[in-house]
Amino acid sequence: MTAPAVAIRRPKPSSLRRPGIAPILILASVAVMAGLVVLPLGVVFRDAFAKGVSTYLAAIKEPDARAAIRLTLIVAAISVPLNALFGVAAAWSVTKFEFKGKAALLTLIDLPFSISPVISGLVWVLLFGAQGWFGTWLVDHDVKIIFALPGLVLATILVTLPFVARELIPLMQAQGSDEEAAALTLGASGLTTFVKITLPNIRWALLYGVLLCNARAMGEFGAVSVVSGHIRGQTTTLPLHVEVLYNDYDFVGAFAAASLLASLGLITLILKTALEWRHSGELAAGRKH
Amino acid sequence: MIDLARPLALPRPRWKEPSILPGFGVGLGLTLTYLGLIVVLPLAALAIRPWELGVSGVWHELAQPRVTAALKLSFGLSALAALLNAPLGLLIAWTLVRYQFPGRRILDALVDLPFALPTAVAGIALSAIYAPNGPLGSLAAKIGIKTAYSPLGIFIALVFIGLPFVVRSLQPVMQDLDAEVEEAAQTLGATTLQRVIRVVLPALAPALISGVSLAFARAVGEYGSVVFIAGNLPMKTEIAPLLIVIKLEQYDYAGAAAVGLAMVVIAFSILIGINAAQTWFARRGRP
Repeated sequence: MTAPAVAIRRPKPSSLRRPGIAPILILASVAVMAGLVVLPLGVVFRDAFAKGVSTYLAAIKEPDARAAIRLTLIVAAISVPLNALFGVAAAWSVTKFEFKGKAALLTLIDLPFSISPVISGLVWVLLFGAQGWFGTWLVDHDVKIIFALPGLVLATILVTLPFVARELIPLMQAQGSDEEAAALTLGASGLTTFVKITLPNIRWALLYGVLLCNARAMGEFGAVSVVSGHIRGQTTTLPLHVEVLYNDYDFVGAFAAASLLASLGLITLILKTALEWRHSGELAAGRKH
Repeated sequence: MIDLARPLALPRPRWKEPSILPGFGVGLGLTLTYLGLIVVLPLAALAIRPWELGVSGVWHELAQPRVTAALKLSFGLSALAALLNAPLGLLIAWTLVRYQFPGRRILDALVDLPFALPTAVAGIALSAIYAPNGPLGSLAAKIGIKTAYSPLGIFIALVFIGLPFVVRSLQPVMQDLDAEVEEAAQTLGATTLQRVIRVVLPALAPALISGVSLAFARAVGEYGSVVFIAGNLPMKTEIAPLLIVIKLEQYDYAGAAAVGLAMVVIAFSILIGINAAQTWFARRGRP
């Protein structure tokens, strides 16, 4: 792969680079990465094509698989824009203004990352499940949340809530608000200032956040597993479809569906790396997670 | 006498600094409403619902052998996996930061693969690899080690999922590590081992600890990459998140919430403890 050299990522000469030790450490690293991290990826594609390309294609074109793909896209299409909007609003209010309670707000924004995905699904069942706080009311008014699309969306939103905000907050903090203040002083309206000054300043970080948010939204398993009910062709997103097929011993089908998700992960990884290489200056905490 | 020139108004305590930028009300209003509906309300349900059972009921629920076994397994294996991630992460981060070799950038990008791969995909792939007929599982079986469907299988999945946290925490700090300090130590006659232990590791310790605790926190709650390889035998290979799922399937909401709340409380207590230790460590390390 060729890429423009990024100064900050060039290795420093090490005094530990004695003859002999470097190759050993490099080989050991490559071995750990290959055996632990890369091998699973290879196995997904090997097993997906274990019975040939036609079986693979049949598994992907099957109605339940198509329904699962559609549902996954719908869930992501609702959750990702909402979390992007939230991320921008949260980052704007947290970085452009000084107010009390900001630290608590930041903790709250990060909180979904520190709880188990299963708990992120469980909480919605506690609210809207058959015996949930609002369960009886929902049954009386014939509204379905759990074991239906709204539950899947809510669980996905909770799990992926911090992604965009986390990318934007450190960047906007570093950028400050001088440019916006200048525009406003010169008579630009608030909206014009946001669209013409802020948005161009944060676009790559926003894209980066949306990319990670989308990957997680489409690949989320634990949280949606709790609220889905696993109704085949109706409430199974692609990761849940993988689970259903795997538990039915339909391994080719499971790995075929998994290969789609693995491709999504790979594409995300490539785009993410490209953003880091080309726009590293415009991504604040891009390298951190 | 009253000084009339001075304004009478007391300095009003302000919760927000004045700013000429617009949009504070809308932005904060939107943020708080969203957080309230998506994070606070649901987590309030988690905090409140277990107590429907009463204090003794919650205690009884958590004292069940199956529950304590699951909690012990989840927290114990997560700690072990996070600890193994420390040397592995040090090795990989060191290689990526210090050495120039073909494919370094690709290796660097691949570190994020466990983040990028959906957990269910990682889960079925790991269980295919470590199953008795899988490429690595069969090797282990030859020397009599059961990997998949045993605690060892869970451990491997947790190491997989936690590795990027340690590498990514260490990399920026290693990048900034001053090679001159090492060289100074070398000039003063320190051996390689002494330099690593006395100079390099102390400088990396805070980042290493935070990486390991992130890996630990992730491992405790991990579900997708573990359930397929775990075997899910009660008392033996049943992780705490799976127990929540099972209790929900039995409509035991309060029981599920009790296990969930216990997980959150234990995990946060451990993380706060690590944080305190880290602060103490950092203060002690300062000259």
